[in-house]
Amino acid sequence: MTIDLTETTTGAIEDALRQARLRLGGVASGMVLTLVIVTDEGEQYDAVRAASAAGRQHPCRILVVIIRRPKERSRLDAEIRVGETSPGETLLLRMYGPLGQHADSVIAPLLLPDTPVVTWWPGAPPAVPAEDPIGALAQRRITDAAATDAPRQVLTTLAAGYHPGDTDLSWTRSTPWRSLLAATMDQPYGTVTGATVRAEEANPTADLIAAWLAHGFGVPAATEVSAGPGITEVSFGTSDGEIAITRPDGRVAHLRRPGQPERRVALHRRETTELLEEELRRLDPDEVYAEALAMLRPQLVPRPM
Amino acid sequence: MTAANPLRDPRDRRIPQVAGPCVLVLFGVTGDLSRKKLMPAVYDLANRGLLPPGFSLVGFARRDWEDEDFAQVTHDAVKEHARTPFNDTVWQQLSEGIRFVPGEFADDAAFDRLAQTVAELDTERGTGGNYAFYLSVPPRFFPDVVAQLKRSGLSSPQPAPDGRRPWRRVVVEKPFGHDLASARELNEIVNSVFGSDSVFRIDHYLGKETVQNILALRFANTMYEPIWNRSYVDHVQITMAEDIGIGGRAGYYDGIGAARDVIQNHLLQLLALTAMEEPVSFDAASLRAEKEKVLSAIRIPEDLATGTARGQYAAGWQGGVEVPGFLEEEGIAPDSHTETYAAVRLGVDTRRWAGVPFYLRTGKRLPRRMTEIALMFQRAPHLPFAATDTQELGQNALVIRVQPDEGVTVRFGSKVPGSAMEVRDVNMDFAYGESFTENSPEAYERLLLDVLIGDPPLFPRHTEVELSWEVLDPVEVFWREHGKPEQYPSGSAGPPGAQALMARDGRSWRRL
Repeated sequence: MTIDLTETTTGAIEDALRQARLRLGGVASGMVLTLVIVTDEGEQYDAVRAASAAGRQHPCRILVVIIRRPKERSRLDAEIRVGETSPGETLLLRMYGPLGQHADSVIAPLLLPDTPVVTWWPGAPPAVPAEDPIGALAQRRITDAAATDAPRQVLTTLAAGYHPGDTDLSWTRSTPWRSLLAATMDQPYGTVTGATVRAEEANPTADLIAAWLAHGFGVPAATEVSAGPGITEVSFGTSDGEIAITRPDGRVAHLRRPGQPERRVALHRRETTELLEEELRRLDPDEVYAEALAMLRPQLVPRPM
Repeated sequence: MTAANPLRDPRDRRIPQVAGPCVLVLFGVTGDLSRKKLMPAVYDLANRGLLPPGFSLVGFARRDWEDEDFAQVTHDAVKEHARTPFNDTVWQQLSEGIRFVPGEFADDAAFDRLAQTVAELDTERGTGGNYAFYLSVPPRFFPDVVAQLKRSGLSSPQPAPDGRRPWRRVVVEKPFGHDLASARELNEIVNSVFGSDSVFRIDHYLGKETVQNILALRFANTMYEPIWNRSYVDHVQITMAEDIGIGGRAGYYDGIGAARDVIQNHLLQLLALTAMEEPVSFDAASLRAEKEKVLSAIRIPEDLATGTARGQYAAGWQGGVEVPGFLEEEGIAPDSHTETYAAVRLGVDTRRWAGVPFYLRTGKRLPRRMTEIALMFQRAPHLPFAATDTQELGQNALVIRVQPDEGVTVRFGSKVPGSAMEVRDVNMDFAYGESFTENSPEAYERLLLDVLIGDPPLFPRHTEVELSWEVLDPVEVFWREHGKPEQYPSGSAGPPGAQALMARDGRSWRRL
């Protein structure tokens, strides 16, 4: 059911939630975490949809912060969805006027006790997520540089303002690739002399993979522009010859290495829901991301196109 | 050549451990287990990206099939039983590596064709000469299969040109024999060809999340271990109840029975994990050492007539369906003494458990399907309440639910709301499904991946198997020589003898 509360307070929202639970027969327990989504009216639909799908098997409380009309007088409108539509509780909180600057005062009382808090900015993130008032409430902060107008600049900014607990979906997108690369390098290979990542223009995931490879092998790793979709190739120069994984169609990867038959493996691009699921699985700082991000900072500034 | 892979960082938990290039050779592809569990598990692993590029699956059976027929059988099994959604690209990749070799276990030529097939896969798909042989066949075929694997050279890998030695692993399912002597014999047959590090015995219970959680619950926390002993625990009940009958498994089940089928492996493993001391580390050797210690400390009741119970389900109503009795099932002799229900009281002779009985029970056609370990605690030594106030206060209990609804329940007394001081039992519940954003992997998925990676902690070694038979053998001998199983109506909680066993000790079974 959906409950609309206009010009309301967090106390009234809690009361409404309690009553809704009573009426539905007690769905209160068993929520895994609180996910705070900071978004705007235009993006909220997709974001809530992805989050609800990610939370389908593991009910969570989703708090959606929508800041509107900063010039008006302060006002809080809440739209509460519980029951049929989603497994947990979804609260759309629209904040008008100066209240928008104090969204944390609305969010803090609505966080579930004794469970983790995750904040997600589906669009433009703050420069330093951990110092953002809502980001500060969370132990994990998810940004998405690729969803902004200037992915690589945003990623550089995020790198400069990194705090443990930060993560970016462009890093999450790299997992299937990194997993395949790690498995590839489980087999014996010669000395690695360099690596190249080819991807569609302005792909922050390619930058992160290159940084991760450079950090792992201690060799230069370049990024080159290709027609896409997404990342199309990662190759290693080794003393035994080239090891290359190509994925021209965004679905199947071809693995070539010296003296061995070509092997193919499914490597599909993933939906936001899947990315979010992966992120919500992990609730502690990701040191490997931190190291890749740190590698990125010097090399990210202008790159020959 | 580099020793460690710099892309594998133990802190990087996003990247799963992926199996190296290999071939899985499946014997007994026409069985239920293959279709319902193994093939879907292979697909689910592929879908999660946990199988290596080039991974290949070879089926071997007495069927006049081509590769495509086997691929079709696998396809149908995957579509019907896989847990992850069906993805055409993943299936395409997987099906390219599917082969079938028709033949009988006595047929030399068939095994030569098998050897040739896997060798071709090595060159075509780069599987690197690593083979896992999954023997999903009755143990009476083991000698033939193992001898053939040896004869055809499949069991002895040739070093690769780069000097690496490919691996060979063999996977066997329960039953690991039907008594100590046959278990030893089976083990000798398999070990004559494969080293004991290459033999993986699958007890799918050990692949379950809750079972592994017993160790986390006990050894990662501070609040349980202090009371996990004879000073606080009154007794322990370990139950595996099934609602189904023997189905079409008369041939396997008759002569085996509930104790050999379930107690010897699943329940004794659960007992070992519940009762063992803290291992010095979580590597396979340390875990095994503790499990073997506790298994060797198990003591059976002095009087087996009162310390054990067994039964056969009679005709009746189970879950709203009228069902036949065990002796009326097709393929079962009308005078069969095979038990479908077994219960036994065991002691564990250690300082921690002296005097604490462990009651194990398992049965078919019981009211519902359920597996759990329940630690029943002693009553409080003194209750500062009037007797009437605590009438509904039972024993505190900690229940580890293995299936269904994997999780843990703590049962304790709490004040009933109102003006009177009345205390009644309440539950505090932890459910796996509601507490994590991760999903539990299916037990077979987990175990199959561990075999392909070569990670042994979840697989019992032959010493454990033999120790378990040493516990059960005297019980089986006693049963064979004395009387016959009691009848219990299908859908009931078991034979009267099992209730009497508990009643004699002043206790009762937990409700099923």
